[in-house]
Amino acid sequence: MRMFAAGFALLVALVAAQPLAAHDITKGDLVISAPWSRATPAGAEVAAGYLVITNKGLSADRLVSLSTEISGQPEVHEMSNEGGVMKMRALKDGLAIPAGATVKLQPAGYHLMLMKLKKPLVAGQHYKATLIFEKAGPVEVDFEVRAMGAGQQKGHTGHNH
Amino acid sequence: MSRSIRTLAVLAAFAAGALALTAGIFAFGPSEQTRPSSVGGPFQLVDQNGKTVTDADFRGKPFLVFFGFTHCPDICPTTLFEVSEVFNRLGPDAEKVSAIFITVDPERDTPEKLKLYLSSFHPRISGLSGTNEQIEAVKKAYYVYAKRVPLEGGGYTMDHTAIVYLMDKNGKFIAPFNLKRDADAAAADLRKRL
Repeated sequence: MRMFAAGFALLVALVAAQPLAAHDITKGDLVISAPWSRATPAGAEVAAGYLVITNKGLSADRLVSLSTEISGQPEVHEMSNEGGVMKMRALKDGLAIPAGATVKLQPAGYHLMLMKLKKPLVAGQHYKATLIFEKAGPVEVDFEVRAMGAGQQKGHTGHNH
Repeated sequence: MSRSIRTLAVLAAFAAGALALTAGIFAFGPSEQTRPSSVGGPFQLVDQNGKTVTDADFRGKPFLVFFGFTHCPDICPTTLFEVSEVFNRLGPDAEKVSAIFITVDPERDTPEKLKLYLSSFHPRISGLSGTNEQIEAVKKAYYVYAKRVPLEGGGYTMDHTAIVYLMDKNGKFIAPFNLKRDADAAAADLRKRL
């Protein structure tokens, strides 16, 4: 019994010690984490939004669309590099979030494409967007704007300041 | 007798293999070597200040050439940023190099637009636009593929070749320039070309 109490206390301590990811949002079966964008160059009319979506449920969901006050035409897009040619396409049917899967929206891949950008994205600032999921419904997400070189994949690790 | 024929056959096969290998090396060449007929060549375009420029204006110093457009969410600003970082690492030696960002979307990327956009990056980067014919010609010279793709929600995007070309002082293609490494390593590589 004492053993159990000690074990329980340890468990509580461990859970309490878990660093809370600053921007994690849970809605239904979905956990949305690390929403961010890169700062945009002067006069840029587009930006991209990135985040990680985990589906902890037993049924698939789908990111269908989004809205944000900073973009007049926000869409869900896919980027690919085919033999050195960069191609970008809108995902007409949205982005599938399979059951149990983690889908990353990141540079050079899936991203939120913010066209008709209404104001420049400045490092350190934040903006809000509402993501619409087929099952989980609307989720308001706060995006952090990071420096222009943020999130680059380099030859070594440890240089992504 | 049959043994010596066999030996001879083995030797012949070996020699043929060696010859093929040598020919292969010769044909593909060391990647650093300047190739006689290759990427690049004459062009006439308009820079971000509205001034007509040609390839001759960039000779005398090694330079980087890459293609893109300002309605590009990721690869173009990232490449401009990475080139800026490399040039920053060169310090005063950045004056001995230059970079040329050529738009594949001259309709939207006017010189004024490019000037504003490039104000966020290193001053040694020029932004070149031009008429459709001028852009087509320079794309052809650099074997660049670009295609306008309409977006369902309106507007369009551009598929485009995203290679960064390193050209020598004479405007001859040296090699693709790798920016996917530490900026210091890329700067050291560029410094070797000065």
